[in-house]
Amino acid sequence: MNRSKNNISSSFSVSSSPRPPVSPSPSHRLEAKQLTLGYDSTTIVRNLNLGIPTGKTTVLVGANGCGKSTLLRGLAKLLKPKSGNVYLDGKDISKLKAKTVARKLGMLPQSPTAPEGLTVKDLVAMGRYPYQSWIQQWSKEDELKVAEALEITTMTELADRALDSLSGGQRQRAWIAMVLAQDTDILLLDEPTTFLDLSHQVELLDLLDELQETKQKTIVMILHDLNLSCRYADYLVAVQQGKVYATGTPEQVMTEETVRDVFNLECRIVSDPLANTPMCIPIGRKVTKRQED
Amino acid sequence: MTKQWLIIRPKVLPISFHLDRRVPLVLLILTLVTLLAMIISVGYGEYPISPLDVVKTLLGLPTANGDYAFIINTLRLPRTITAFLVGVGLAIAGTITQGITRNPLAAPSIIGVNAGATLAAVTLLILLPNTPVSLLPFAAFGGALIVSLLIYLLAWQGGSSPVRLILVGIGFSLIAGALTDIMITFGEINTVSQALVWLAGSVYGRSWSQVFSLIPWIIIFSAIALLLTRELNTLNLGDEVARGLGSQVEWQRGLLLLTAVALAGSSVATAGAVGFVGLMSPHLGRQLVGASHEGLLPVSAMLGGMLVVIADLLGRVLFAPLELPCGIITAAIGAPYFVYLLISQRK
Repeated sequence: MNRSKNNISSSFSVSSSPRPPVSPSPSHRLEAKQLTLGYDSTTIVRNLNLGIPTGKTTVLVGANGCGKSTLLRGLAKLLKPKSGNVYLDGKDISKLKAKTVARKLGMLPQSPTAPEGLTVKDLVAMGRYPYQSWIQQWSKEDELKVAEALEITTMTELADRALDSLSGGQRQRAWIAMVLAQDTDILLLDEPTTFLDLSHQVELLDLLDELQETKQKTIVMILHDLNLSCRYADYLVAVQQGKVYATGTPEQVMTEETVRDVFNLECRIVSDPLANTPMCIPIGRKVTKRQED
Repeated sequence: MTKQWLIIRPKVLPISFHLDRRVPLVLLILTLVTLLAMIISVGYGEYPISPLDVVKTLLGLPTANGDYAFIINTLRLPRTITAFLVGVGLAIAGTITQGITRNPLAAPSIIGVNAGATLAAVTLLILLPNTPVSLLPFAAFGGALIVSLLIYLLAWQGGSSPVRLILVGIGFSLIAGALTDIMITFGEINTVSQALVWLAGSVYGRSWSQVFSLIPWIIIFSAIALLLTRELNTLNLGDEVARGLGSQVEWQRGLLLLTAVALAGSSVATAGAVGFVGLMSPHLGRQLVGASHEGLLPVSAMLGGMLVVIADLLGRVLFAPLELPCGIITAAIGAPYFVYLLISQRK
């Protein structure tokens, strides 16, 4: 097996020591500088620098509790930084109006819940909130964007159904439709595939991939499945204990060393026979035991 | 796809709205039923007046009996109107409370309105038995406001959270309830019975002066509530999603809470603790027009008004000549409904 991909290119640092701040560049509409995030007295993300490539799909991976959700919340202005800043189009996001941010950046938290009896179209219509005012609550554009979002997610026929009467996959598509109706260039999604079976995971990721391609959206998401992450990501960000461990293409980041350091797991990296992206095969007790026998 | 929406978007004005298509018809029917119940209610009593004569008198047309005008306009009409306004206030407050706590079983009492109003009113009645009854509503409103604010402030921990709000609210309501019980236990028997009648929730003997002191509260804060329906919609999706949509969650929730306290507080101050209206109305409303608050809020308000008007009528008809306070009737309907909700929620 050719393992030349194992070498991380020089533009990305793998060491866990603090890296020099990322210089602002036009390809990063969203970036974090010296960002420290946490809740109350606990600090979760420390002095983190990260630029999100515009018009690409970036996937955050890391062990449970490593701070990737916190990082995503920080990027979405849901969490106020303890220090450092998040910049959206070069402006400090904490100084921007909530609605201004919401027109550029949409965020879908992990497993959101809708009130009982809410219909799909009611939910998707709420995606237009940042564009509405007391007197303008339903413009022609609102109507068009909602119809388009339902169309893209193939939810048009289910528009009048109550959310709680839908399957997990349909429900998740309804939430995605709401964020799409928000009509933002940047989408932040926290584990959009949780609770979905494999075929629905692939279906949803295909949908997001298509969106990214046809609408040049910038997508940042957290995924748990490393192999799907490698396949769908243009860029991977491996997060370890609140720090960026490595960034780069899946080939650059997904190495046996990364998986060992970030997930505390021994594994083999092979090439996906279909997509040629890296695949992580974990070495567990079952295998080591058999080798010893 | 917008089959179910009624879209109002005039070409000449820069305004646009959308409503569930069912809303206008439902509102019309509810208004007619409420008016009918009010006419029957005004006609009913020791001195019965036919519905036709009631309508004639209300419209200022001459009737066979000159006494009708006095009986209807001075004695009976203010009572029915008070019942309607109290119902509207409690129902909107209930809709808001369920929306911001994201809890379909919440009611205005959860934010301490009832407990605060009751404690203040009972304390006044028992500690200072000589105070005029007309001061009761003010004390009740003050009590409601203070307890609600205390709950909100104590639930604050770098931000308000619906769950903390509910827990602190329940705790405070119990404390206030215990203090009320102590007052009642140590109070003098005559004043205690007076307090108990007030506690049951009744619109008995309400006059125009009470209608006029309640009306501004209901009108102003209902209007504010209607303007905040979209905020209620987003908050109902949870804080994270609401923030992501650009809602200023804390500010909006505070404003909505204050609106609910003003509506429920003024209602409880006028008629005592008429229970379950704030819980039932939003539920019935959701079944009629769905969960989106643009349509739900007005429908729920009309339902609340209708419920209390009918409860007041039933209270007088059921065991005539004995009169039951409308609060007992709403509780008799509301308590089984609450149990039904609990059971259906488990599924």
